[in-house]
Amino acid sequence: MRDSATTRQRVEAGLKRRRRKERVFRITGMLATTVGVLFLAVFFADLVGKGSTAFMQTFMQLDVEFSADVLAPDGEIDLVYADFDGLVRTALRKEFPEVSGRSDRRELNRMLSIGAGYQIRDMLAADPELLGKTQSIWVPASSNVDMVMKGNIDPSIDEALRPVSDMQVEWIRALQASGRLAKKFNVALFTNGDSREPELAGIKGALMGSFYMLIVTVVLAFPIGVAAAIYLEEFAPSNRWSDLIEVNINNLAAVPSIVFGLLGLAVFINWAALPRSAPLVGGLVLSLLTLPVIIIASRAAIKAVPPSIREAALGLGASEMQVVFHHVLPLALPGMLTGTIIGMSRALGESAPLLMIGMVAFIVDVPAGFSDPATALPVQIYLWADSPERAFAERTSAAIIILLAFLLIMNLTAVILRKRMERKW
Amino acid sequence: MRMANMMDVDPREDQPPGLHDTGAAAERPVERATSAADTNNVVEQLTDLGETVGEVRCENPFIVAENIDVFYGDNHAIKDVTLEIAKSDVIALIGPSGCGKSTFLRCLNRMNDSIETARVTGRISMDGQDIYGKNLDPVALRARVGMVFQKPNPFPKSIYDNVAYGPRIHGLAADRAELDTIVHTSLERAGLLKEVKDRLDEPGTGLSGGQQQRLCIARTIAVNPEVILMDEPCSALDPIATARIEDLIDELSSDYAIVIVTHSMQQAARVSRRVAYFHLGLLVEVDETNRIFTNPQHRLTEDYITGRIG
Repeated sequence: MRDSATTRQRVEAGLKRRRRKERVFRITGMLATTVGVLFLAVFFADLVGKGSTAFMQTFMQLDVEFSADVLAPDGEIDLVYADFDGLVRTALRKEFPEVSGRSDRRELNRMLSIGAGYQIRDMLAADPELLGKTQSIWVPASSNVDMVMKGNIDPSIDEALRPVSDMQVEWIRALQASGRLAKKFNVALFTNGDSREPELAGIKGALMGSFYMLIVTVVLAFPIGVAAAIYLEEFAPSNRWSDLIEVNINNLAAVPSIVFGLLGLAVFINWAALPRSAPLVGGLVLSLLTLPVIIIASRAAIKAVPPSIREAALGLGASEMQVVFHHVLPLALPGMLTGTIIGMSRALGESAPLLMIGMVAFIVDVPAGFSDPATALPVQIYLWADSPERAFAERTSAAIIILLAFLLIMNLTAVILRKRMERKW
Repeated sequence: MRMANMMDVDPREDQPPGLHDTGAAAERPVERATSAADTNNVVEQLTDLGETVGEVRCENPFIVAENIDVFYGDNHAIKDVTLEIAKSDVIALIGPSGCGKSTFLRCLNRMNDSIETARVTGRISMDGQDIYGKNLDPVALRARVGMVFQKPNPFPKSIYDNVAYGPRIHGLAADRAELDTIVHTSLERAGLLKEVKDRLDEPGTGLSGGQQQRLCIARTIAVNPEVILMDEPCSALDPIATARIEDLIDELSSDYAIVIVTHSMQQAARVSRRVAYFHLGLLVEVDETNRIFTNPQHRLTEDYITGRIG
């Protein structure tokens, strides 16, 4: 036995070193956290800086005459073949009467979006009374005008290096001066499907595609996942087979998502002959992808239910089923829902498997059902990021912001659900 | 020293399990070694004989356990135990940790069924019916044999729902009014009604430890069982709560056969009519409580109740 004096000396001799180690560890941790937060801040600042402008869009105010000669040459309004673009162009030319010559006029026309003509048509379709009247209307400007307005195209550089000519820049300045060119909230971004024209492209198609897909996923993956977890945890005998199943489920959770896409292509499209590019197939594939996540989370939630509750119920004469459905499930449900929502947000952000089943196509129409061709939010981001037009850059960022907002909402829901339903025992 | 210690303490006070071990080891390591060797000898003899000292039979037996062996995998947890329990009995199962008393208790309502590796051989009959028989559903058995656990385990539901759960799943109440009556009488009999009658909607988990345990007893008697098994029902409670539970056991003993596992010999002495002493899976001695504590027949029983082993 050492006497207590030497023990004290030894402890004190080493104390400084121990404390220093602790300090170093703490500082390292703080540094790591700071670096992480910094990266996140840079990412968000960049994203918002680039994407926020997409929520505003440049519009041009024109006095459009709904000329009966053009719209109803035979006395009847022709919504299909009438020259709506011509009406808008005429209105724009009235602003610049000095412009003459074919090429100059074409330059002028290029400042308009092709959406302007569609807008006139839709207005007339909604209200045939407009025929013969002149109305002051805000119509979308072309994306190049929009880019100049937002400062994304610099008019001071050499004319050959930018898609906007000197003449167009001049007209833009003139329209701006007369208050006929202004930025307004970009409704089209939320109400339109995809388009080749950036100023008309919207995410509604992708949003609805993702929505239908997640419906399929949650309807399939949640009940199957929870049922599998309950069976494996409560009823399955523990033998070599159940061990094998457990290992495989854990492995499935780690399988790269594109492999699931390939499986979906082979099984659902080639073999089961389901439609290509459909949210139904996307949802099926994403169900496969999220099932292991849900099963693992649900099993953990079931395991966390204290055995004393089971014993209490069994001791009262509850059957195994009653124990599960009266006691285990209610207590495990918050954890199961959290797992499901986290699985769903993973599914929402997934793009690779969707590429394999044809959901990467350029689809203008907003899907109206589970078997309509559709794309999904992350795929839309991929498609826009791939587009050459300058104006798609900001839309890509805007779509990312929207996707992240949805993910945030879903994860918040998971947290709130857990807090709300969590019961103490 | 140990004896004096035991007598000095408040008779209400539970001795935490495990105190014996550390105490004996620290105080008399040499003597203990001898006694442990002795004990092993005696156990060997006992295994050879396979005989339980005292009186395993009783008049009008309600539960008859014959030659019970329990295995957990390769572990032989209970060895050839025979014991009869009468309807009017309060029998305490005592013995050192790991001696098989809880295992035996769990055989009586087939709670061992839920342990996959557990295997029970022998015959246990209740009211003449083999409870391990093919045509007996453990669910029906557990409605007749209630159980109170070591740690109070109310459901995370309201006090009312806790008590009403058993009657509900077994369909014992025809309507809401009858269920109300069952809940009230059960709480009353468990001595809890006065404290909780204004807050039946509040969660049962919000009660104090002693109240929770009485709630668990109320929940058990709401099914109106014939036997109540108690697995160290007071080991997680303070002395006052323990005293209340013991009083309650006394009251309940007029209507139910009670089998109680306890680590506290004082408790066994206070509440039980008969005592069964288990050691390493063997039932060493069974007798009336008085006789066990004043005049134990077996050397092991004597060593245990005087605190020499534990």
